[in-house]
Amino acid sequence: MTHPGLPRLESAGLDGWLVRLFAEIDEANLPWLTALVRDCEVALGEALVDLVPSYTTLLVIFDPLKITPSEARQRLVATLATLVPEEEDTQAPLQELPTWYDTTVGPELARLAERSEMTKEQVIECHCQATYRVFALGFVPGFAFMGRVDERLAFPRLETPRQRVPAGSVGIAGRQTAAYPVASPGGWNLIGRTAAVLFDRDREGFSLLKVGDRVRFTAVGRDEFERLGGDLRAMEERR
Amino acid sequence: MSGAVPGLRVRRAGPLALLQDAGRFGVRRLGVTQGGPMDLHAWAWANQLVENAWGTTALEVTLGGLALEAERDLTLAVCGGDLGATLDEAPLPLWRGLWVRAGQVLRFAQPTSGLRTYLAVAGGFQAEPVLGSTACVVREGLGGHDGQGHSLDEGDRLRVDPAARAREGAEAPESVRPDYTSVPWLGLIPGAQVGDFTGPSLYRAFNHEWRVDDRADRMGIRLTGPRLHCRLETLISEGLGLGAVQVPPDGQPIVLVNDRQTIGGYPRLGALTPLACSRLAQCVPGQTVRLRAITLERALADYRRFRRGFASA
Repeated sequence: MTHPGLPRLESAGLDGWLVRLFAEIDEANLPWLTALVRDCEVALGEALVDLVPSYTTLLVIFDPLKITPSEARQRLVATLATLVPEEEDTQAPLQELPTWYDTTVGPELARLAERSEMTKEQVIECHCQATYRVFALGFVPGFAFMGRVDERLAFPRLETPRQRVPAGSVGIAGRQTAAYPVASPGGWNLIGRTAAVLFDRDREGFSLLKVGDRVRFTAVGRDEFERLGGDLRAMEERR
Repeated sequence: MSGAVPGLRVRRAGPLALLQDAGRFGVRRLGVTQGGPMDLHAWAWANQLVENAWGTTALEVTLGGLALEAERDLTLAVCGGDLGATLDEAPLPLWRGLWVRAGQVLRFAQPTSGLRTYLAVAGGFQAEPVLGSTACVVREGLGGHDGQGHSLDEGDRLRVDPAARAREGAEAPESVRPDYTSVPWLGLIPGAQVGDFTGPSLYRAFNHEWRVDDRADRMGIRLTGPRLHCRLETLISEGLGLGAVQVPPDGQPIVLVNDRQTIGGYPRLGALTPLACSRLAQCVPGQTVRLRAITLERALADYRRFRRGFASA
């Protein structure tokens, strides 16, 4: 927390304050963000409506009938004054995403290998080697932005996004990776598909992944992927 | 939901008719959006006129085109835009609690003033909450009459509480019925990045007229007008509140509303107040609006005055 002027509270309208903690994306931000989430729940109690942690900030939404914006601000200032980061990261849950890396479900796998001058196997190994952290959720329910991807695998988004990316698709954009919880439009470079169910309205907590979680992708073969309930249908290319 | 019975059947579907409670809260950290009524003001009045508590599920009808047949006697109220609503071919009075008999047909034609209208029935429409709310978000496939985020379709049935009763004839005072055809001044609470816009851009933002673009939906409403310049181009994505006015590099602001994405990375002028969002929700493409900077204190006073009249949940 050495950046000048930070942390800082910024107005986010009648019912919100944005707590800006950091200036750059960094894994080291996460224990501070998750601690702030926890402390804000206590500090605002009944008046708290929603919390949206993301990379460097936490948006705090409160009920303006229960607390005035200035009271909310005072409580957040007090919370920041005593903020202690969560014990790193042995405590953060580790989630494993069994993934079938194959060109039929990951149409950019070959191109990514070519551009990074690696074999497909090396790309897969490289993607599976790292333990990623969830920086933010957004775009659609349960979509987790994870980083950081090895520099050799970092590729920009597709110039023309696909109209439909199947659920479970695993992609790379810049130095981030993610899996699509539901079929949706999308511009990430797809390299495989996970059998994990990322968002389930009937599950406690709904989303498999939460901000701060640690995530590993594990390569599974076609049969194992199918056994785990993975969707084998090949990508339909409709750009 | 137990004891709920069919109250209205869809005879003809319109472009968009969604059940909405106050919105889905507490799950935005999972990427789940807020949902809820685009025009909180009209939605609240529709519920009020049939004696429903704040947060009761009502139907948001956008643009019209919908025909509903009463399957039992109901007390209902329609508040918001004038979509040419009729009851058995006779004009249906807005902003008023009405008694409707089984077999009568309620039709919405097309907007003559405003864009959306709200239909509330005594006791509220009964639907299974999804992630704590009945708010219907098509993009996420959550909530609504079937729990799957669907707009009403022909043959769908809306369920009601047969025991619920309300007195007929309650009327909203004239003073709370907006003239949706007038040019609204939309209150905007300046945000932290306001200083990153150039001086002339800020002058133009608050002194020029803005036109509501046809690129407008339940996620965002684009305004076209003078090009605004911000020294920041994009930011690291961060949480977006209701009414956030983001300005992408093309300099044309987008007001983010109920079904917005939960995070985003464009600089923001600030945020419209909840009541300004309600008013904007009734503006048709091509309509002129103006932005007015207002203080947090003033916005709070306005909002608390608005909420004071409504029965709490």
